[in-house]
Amino acid sequence: MQDLLNIFVKSIFIDNMIFAYFLGMCSYLAVSKTVKTAVGLGLAVTFVLTITLPVNYLLETKVLKQGALTWLDPSFADLDLSFLSFIMFIAVIAAMVQLVEMVVEKFAPALYSALGIFLPLIAVNCSILGGSLFMQERAYENIGQATVFGFGSGIGWLLAIVAIAAIRERLKYSHVPAPLRGLGITFIITGLMGMAFMSFMGIKL
Amino acid sequence: MKFIQNIFDATRPAVTTGKLKPLYPLHNALETMMFVPDHNAHSGAHVRDAIDLKRTMVTVIFALVPALLFGIFNGGYQHYKALGLLNEAMGWGQFFTLDNFIFGAWKIVPMIAVTYMAGLGVEIYFAGINKHPVNEGFLVSGLLIPMTMPIDMPLWMVAISTIFAVLIGKEVFGGTGMNILNPALTARAFAFFAYPSFMSGDKVWVNTSVEAGQSVVDGFSGATALGQYATTGSTSFGAWDAFLGLIPGSIGETSTLLIVLGGIYLIATGIGSWKIMLGSTLGAVAMGLLFNWAAPHMITESQQQFMSIPFYYHLVFGSWAFATVFMATDPVSAAHTERGKWIYGFLVGFLGIMIRVFNPAYPEGMMLAILFMNVMAPMIDHYVVNANIQKRLKRVKA
Repeated sequence: MQDLLNIFVKSIFIDNMIFAYFLGMCSYLAVSKTVKTAVGLGLAVTFVLTITLPVNYLLETKVLKQGALTWLDPSFADLDLSFLSFIMFIAVIAAMVQLVEMVVEKFAPALYSALGIFLPLIAVNCSILGGSLFMQERAYENIGQATVFGFGSGIGWLLAIVAIAAIRERLKYSHVPAPLRGLGITFIITGLMGMAFMSFMGIKL
Repeated sequence: MKFIQNIFDATRPAVTTGKLKPLYPLHNALETMMFVPDHNAHSGAHVRDAIDLKRTMVTVIFALVPALLFGIFNGGYQHYKALGLLNEAMGWGQFFTLDNFIFGAWKIVPMIAVTYMAGLGVEIYFAGINKHPVNEGFLVSGLLIPMTMPIDMPLWMVAISTIFAVLIGKEVFGGTGMNILNPALTARAFAFFAYPSFMSGDKVWVNTSVEAGQSVVDGFSGATALGQYATTGSTSFGAWDAFLGLIPGSIGETSTLLIVLGGIYLIATGIGSWKIMLGSTLGAVAMGLLFNWAAPHMITESQQQFMSIPFYYHLVFGSWAFATVFMATDPVSAAHTERGKWIYGFLVGFLGIMIRVFNPAYPEGMMLAILFMNVMAPMIDHYVVNANIQKRLKRVKA
C-alpha cells in the first residue's frame, strides 16, 4: 500500500511529466488558454494514461520482454521482442485514444469541439508514450504499480496544465510586451513554474 | 528645499521635450519621491485616500527596518563569535556594539546598494521603453532581496539575481502588479539554483574572514539550525535564541521576534493580509504535529529525530517567519480572493515545513514552497470565484 502511495505522490510532484521531463509540451502550450478546456484535455490525458499503462504493462511482461512468452511455450525463453515495444505501445495508445474520442464526442460535444485537433493528437502526445516507456524502464513490479503510476502522471499533467491555464487567464490583465505575447510569455511562465516545481526535486520516497 | 525644486524645474524641459527624453522616468521618480506630485485628476470621481502604491511600499519598508537592523548587528555578532572574540557572559552587551554594527553594515549596505542599482536600472530602462513612470514596486523587492541572501554572497551574484528577477520575473509581464511570482523570491531561487555553493551549506552563513593574528575557534560550524537538523538530526541552537535571532542565517530572517513585530505593524496598517499569515501559521503547526505523529514510522534515524522536534521549533528556525510575513503576503503574487487567501496561506506553511524536512537538499526551502503556491494561486482563485458563481446561480434558480 505504501509503495503505491509513494509512486502516486512521486509521479505527480517529483517526476512531473511537464516540469521534470518536459513531455507533452505541444498540447500543454496550445490548449492552455482557458481553464475549462485545459481541465478537459487534462482529464482526457489522465484517462488515457490510466488505461494504457496497465494494458501496456501486460503487453510488456506477457509478450515483449525477454522470456515473457514462456507461458505459451517453454522454448520461447530466449525470445526478446522488446524491439517491438515502441510500435506496440503506440498501437495500444492509438486504439485507446479512439475510444476516448468517441466517448467525448458522444457525451460532451462542447468539449469535443473546444479540444479540436488536440483530442486525436493525444495519440502522439509524448507524455502518453513517455509514461509507457518509463514504466518499461523503471520495471514496476506489478500491474497495480503501473496503473497508479499512469494515474499519478496524468494527475500531474492535469495539475500543470490547469495551473498554467489559470495563470494565462490572469495574464489577460497584464501588459506583456508585444513580441512576447502568446507563446513567448507562455514559455517563460513554464520555465518559472519549473523553477517552483524544483522544490520537490531530490525528495526520496 | 527650494533649490532642489529649482533643479527639477530647470531640468524638466530637457527630459520632457529635449534630447534627454529617455531619462524622464528617472526625473519623474526622483521628483515624486521628494515632493508631492504636481499632477492632479481633472474629472470624474476621485478616491480620497492617502494610501497609494508609494505609501504601501514605504509601510512595508518600515516593517522591514527592525529585522534589517538586527540582521546588521547579527552579521557582526556571528563573525566575532566565530573568531572567539566575544565574552558570552555579557549577553546583549556583546550584541549591540558599534563593532558588530560596523562589520555588518560593511557587508550588508553594499549589498543593498547593488540590489537597488541593478533593479532600478532595469526598471528605469523598461519605463523608458514602455513610456510609463517608474513604479514603486521595486522599493520593497530591493530591500527584500539582500535580506534573503547569506552575508557572504558576492555582490555580482546579487546583481545578476536581481536583474533576472526584475527582467524575467516582472518586466516581461508588464511591470509592477502584473507578475506571477514574487520578484524577491525569484531572485533568491535563481541564486539558489545558479550558485548553490554560495546559497547553502555550512560555509556561507557566517563571515569568517580573518585578519592577522585572528583565527576561527575550534569546533566552529557555520551551519544553520535547519542545516544541522538535515545532516545530523539535532541542532546546537536553542529555540529561545532562535526566537530572538542570535543564530546564523540569511541576513533578515533570523529574528522571529522582530519579524513578528513587523507583521503586527503590517496587519495593523492593513497592508499585509492576516488571513495569509494566520493560514500559514496553522499550516506549519499542522505539518509539525503531523510529523510528530509520523516520526516513529520513518526509516532513517536522523529523519526520525528531525520529524519529532516540537512543532513550534519550525516557527522559529529558518525562514518560516520572514517568508510568511513579508513574502507570502505580497498582494500581487498571492491569491486575490479572500477564501483563496486561507487556502493559499495554509498550503504555504504546510508545504514549507514539508520541504524543509523531507527534502534533504533544501533545508532552507521555505521560499520554494511560496513560489510553488504563487504558481498555484491563480488556479485557487479561479475555483474560489467559480464556486461563488455556482452558489449564487443556485440561489437565483431557487
